[in-house]
Amino acid sequence: MAELIDLVLLGMLAATALRVIFLRDLFAVVMLFGIYSFLSAAIFVSLDAVDVAFTEASVGAGISTVLMLGTLALTERKEKVTQHKSWLPLLVVITTGGALIYGTLDMPPFANPDNPVHHHVAPRYIEQSPQEVGLPNMVTSVLASYRGFDTLGETVVVFSAAVGVLSLLGIRRRREPASGLASESDNTGQADLSESDPGLRAHEVLRVIAKLIIPLILLFALYVQFHGDFGPGGGFQAGVIAAAAFILYALVFGIGSGFQVVSPNVLRWLTPFGVLLYAGVGVLCMLMGGQFLDYNVLASDPVHGQHYGIIAIELGVGITVFAVMLNIFYAFTSQTERVGQ
Amino acid sequence: MMSVVLDYYNYWIVVFLMMTGFYVVISANNLVKKVVGLNIFQTSVFIFYISMGKVAEGTAPILAEGVEAYSNPLPHVLILTAIVVGVATTAVGLSLIVRIKRAYGSVEEDEFQDQDDLI
Amino acid sequence: MLSEHLPILPIILPLIAAPVCLLIPGRNGGWLFATLVSAISLVVSFVLLNRVLAEGTLSYAMGGWPPPWGIEMRLDVANAFVLLAVTLISTAVLVYAQKSAGHEIDRDKQGLFYTAHLLCLTGLSGILITGDAFNLFVFLEISSLATYTLVSLGSDRRCLTAAFRYLVMGTIGATFILIGVGMLYMKTGTLNMLDLAEQIARYDSSRTINTGLAFIMVGVSIKLALFPLHLWLPPAYTFAPSAVSAFLAGTATKVAVYVMMRFIFTIFGADHVFHEMGMDLILMVLAIVAIFKCSFMAALQHNAKTLLAYSSVAQIGYIVLGISLVSMSGLMAGILHIFNHALMKGALFMAVGAVFYRVGSVEIKAFSGLGRQMPWTMAAFTVAGLSIIGVPLTVGFVSKWYLVSGALEQGNWIIAALVLLGSLLAIVYVGRILEAAYFRRPDDTQSGTAAVKEVPIGMLIPMWVLVLANVYFGIDTSLTVEAAQQAALSFAQDSNWQEATR
Repeated sequence: MAELIDLVLLGMLAATALRVIFLRDLFAVVMLFGIYSFLSAAIFVSLDAVDVAFTEASVGAGISTVLMLGTLALTERKEKVTQHKSWLPLLVVITTGGALIYGTLDMPPFANPDNPVHHHVAPRYIEQSPQEVGLPNMVTSVLASYRGFDTLGETVVVFSAAVGVLSLLGIRRRREPASGLASESDNTGQADLSESDPGLRAHEVLRVIAKLIIPLILLFALYVQFHGDFGPGGGFQAGVIAAAAFILYALVFGIGSGFQVVSPNVLRWLTPFGVLLYAGVGVLCMLMGGQFLDYNVLASDPVHGQHYGIIAIELGVGITVFAVMLNIFYAFTSQTERVGQ
Repeated sequence: MMSVVLDYYNYWIVVFLMMTGFYVVISANNLVKKVVGLNIFQTSVFIFYISMGKVAEGTAPILAEGVEAYSNPLPHVLILTAIVVGVATTAVGLSLIVRIKRAYGSVEEDEFQDQDDLI
Repeated sequence: MLSEHLPILPIILPLIAAPVCLLIPGRNGGWLFATLVSAISLVVSFVLLNRVLAEGTLSYAMGGWPPPWGIEMRLDVANAFVLLAVTLISTAVLVYAQKSAGHEIDRDKQGLFYTAHLLCLTGLSGILITGDAFNLFVFLEISSLATYTLVSLGSDRRCLTAAFRYLVMGTIGATFILIGVGMLYMKTGTLNMLDLAEQIARYDSSRTINTGLAFIMVGVSIKLALFPLHLWLPPAYTFAPSAVSAFLAGTATKVAVYVMMRFIFTIFGADHVFHEMGMDLILMVLAIVAIFKCSFMAALQHNAKTLLAYSSVAQIGYIVLGISLVSMSGLMAGILHIFNHALMKGALFMAVGAVFYRVGSVEIKAFSGLGRQMPWTMAAFTVAGLSIIGVPLTVGFVSKWYLVSGALEQGNWIIAALVLLGSLLAIVYVGRILEAAYFRRPDDTQSGTAAVKEVPIGMLIPMWVLVLANVYFGIDTSLTVEAAQQAALSFAQDSNWQEATR
C-alpha cells in the first residue's frame, strides 16, 4: 500500500516536472513549482521524513514560490518563443541521466533495513541519543547537537542570502515615479509607501480573515519553535512560519503598514543577532572548558546542558531565519512597479 | 527481474525527475524558468537522499511507545540543511534577475547577450 | 587553553565577525574591522602551519562528539598551506580595498561588501579545515553565495549577468557534489572523510561509488574552472570590482583544487582514481588544452582583466597537470603552484585595479605611457608578469621548474616541452601590456588629461607586499617547498600510495 502511494506521488511529480519544460506562461510554471514542492513534501511524509516535509512545505512551497511570484511581478509573465532548440542540452541530460542510472545498478535495495546506511553511524543516533541528548526527536538531536556545526553553517548561509539580497536590491522606503525608466535615484520626494500602497485592504474577506489568522499563525510558530524537541519542528520551520504571518499582514494591509509593524531597522539588528547567539553559545562552551558547541559543559548534568544548548541555538536559528525571510520579502516588494513596459 | 524493478523503481523515477529539472536549467532561455528548473533539480536530489533513509516497516525517527524500527535520521538532517541552502541560492538568483531586468530591460538570455556584444 | 582551540579559529573568527560587520556604521569602520579579523586569521594560520609541520595532523571534534558521529576538523600540511595562502591574499586585498573598493562600490554598499568578504573567508576556511564531506558542501555554499554577491557589486552592468551565470553553473556544480556525496553515503553510511576512505576501500569496485566519484569530480571541476567548464570565470573576473577579482583569483579556484586533491587522494585513493578509472589521462588532456587554449585566448584580449582571467584558467591547467602526472614531484609542483599563483595573480589584479582607479579603464590601450606616469604600479605588474612567464628568481620559475622536472622524471618529454611552450604564450600576453605601458606615448585622445598620478600608498603597499613575496619565495624556497613536499607526502600516505615514482 505504501508503495502504491509512493508510486502515485512520484508519477504526479514526473508529470508536473515534464509540463514545466513546455509551458510558456511563467505564472503557471511557478504554480507548478509550488505544486511540485508540495508533492515532494507529501513524499517525504510517506518516507517517514516528517521534519523535512515540514521544512520543504514551508520553505519550498511557501517562501520560494512567493519570491518567484514577486520576481515575475517585476519582470515578465510570459517566456518569449525562441527560434533555436539545440540538441546540446538534450545530449548533456541524456548522458548525465545515463550515468546516474548506471550508478543505481548496484545500489542497496530501497528501504531494506540491512543497508549500509543503517549500520555504521546511525545506530548510535537512534539508540543512544535519547539518553545522551535526552530528546525524543532524533532528528533534532542530530541537527542541533551531533552535527550542530553544520546547522551553524546553515544559519550562516541564510545570513549570506540576506547580505546578497540587501546588496542587490536593498529595501526602498520611497516609491519611484511609476513611469520612470531604469532610474536609480530614489529621493524624488515621493509619498511614503504607507500612503501609496493600500495592499488588499479593500477586500473585506481577506482583511477579516487575515486579522483572525495572524495571531494563530504566530502562536503556531512559537509552538513549533519550542516543541521541536518532541515532535517535528525546530528553529527553521518556526522562523519561516513566523515570517509568513508578517508577510500575510504586509500583503493584505500594504507594505507601508508592514514597515510600521516590523521596521527594516529592527530586522537589520535581528538578522545578525541569531547567528551571533548561535556562535555565542559555541564560544560559551569553549570558555567553560569544552569544545566549540559542546553543550555538555553548560550545566552540571550533561543532559541538562544539552537541553540548554539546544534551546538557545534553536532560538538563534529561528530569529535569524525569521528576520532574513522577512527582509528578503521586504526587499522584493518594496521595488518599483515593472520597469520598461 | 520484478524484484530488481521493485528494489530500484524509486531511484529511477527520481533520476528522471532530476534530469527534467536539469534540462530546464540548461535549456531555458528565460532566467526565471532557469531558477525554477534549478529548484526542481535540487528538490529531486532531496527525494533521492530521503529514499536512502527509509526503512521498510519503520516510522519517523521520533521516540515513541511500541515502535520497533525507526527510519534513519541522518539523511533527514542533511536534507534540512540542503533545503535551506537551496532557498538561499534561489533568493540571491531572483534578486539578480530583478536587477538584470532593470539594467537590460529583458530577462531572456539571448536578448541581453545580444546587447552585451554590441558594447 | 586557547591554543587547543586554535585549529577552528580561522573559521570561527570571520564567522562571528561577519554579522558584527553588518552592524558597524560608516564606511571605514567596516573596512578596519574586516582587515583586523583577516590579519588575525593570517597570523593564526601561520602558527598553525608551523605547528602542523612540527607535530603532524591536528584534529578537533566539533561539539565534543567523536567522529564519525560528530563533525571533525582536520588540519594537515596540505590544507594548512592553502589556508595560509588564502588568509594572506584576503588580508592584502582588504588593505587594498579601502581605496579600490571605496572608489568602485557605492557608499551605502560598502558595509555589505566587507560583510560579504568576511563570509567568503569563512566559507573558504571552512572548506579547507573540515574533515566531513557534507560539512564541506555547506561551507562551499557559504563561500559561493558570498562570491556571487561580491561579483555583483561591480560597476558595469555586465557584472550582473556574470554573477548570474556563475550562480547557475556554481549551483549545478554544488548539486553534483551533493549527488556524489549521497552516493558515497549510500554505500558506506558515513560522512567523515577518513572513515569514508576506510569504508570505500572495502569495496573492490562498485558502480555506485564510481558514479559518485565521477559526479564529485565534475562538480569540483566546475568550481575550479577546469576547461571546458570554465565559462563562468572570464566574465566574472572581468566585471567584478578589482579588489574582488584580486581576491577570487588567488583563492576560490585554488580551494576547489584542494577539494579535488582531498577527494582523490584521501577519500578514494590515488590508485583507484588514476589507474582504475583512468582519471589521470582525462585530467592531463583537459589540463593541456586549458593551458594552450586559454593562454591563446588571453593573448587575444583587449581588456586587461579578461586577459588575466584567461591566464588564470591556464595556470589552473598547470596545477591540474601536476596532479595528473601521478607522481610525488608532480603533486608537489601542483600544490606549490597553488600558493605561488595566488601571489602572482593577486599582485597582477591589484596592479590592473590601480590602473582602473586612476584611468577609469582597463583596456590595454589605456595602459599607454603608464610606465612613466604610474611607475610603481607598472613595476609591480612587470615583476608579477615575469613571474607568470617563469623567469628565474620568481616563484613562477620555481613552480615551473618542479613541474618540468616532475614530467622529465617520468621520461615525459612532451609534457615538459608543452609547459615551456606555455611560457612562451605567457610572454605574448604579458608583453602586450608591458609594451603599451613602456613603449607607447600616453593616449592623447583621453579626455581632459590631468597627468595621471600614481595610486595612493594604501593600494601600493599590499601590491608590493605580494610582489616582494613573489621574489622572496622565488629565491628562498625553503618554507614553501618544504610545505608542498610535506603536503604531497601526507596525501600519499592517506592514499597508501603503492607506487613510488622516483
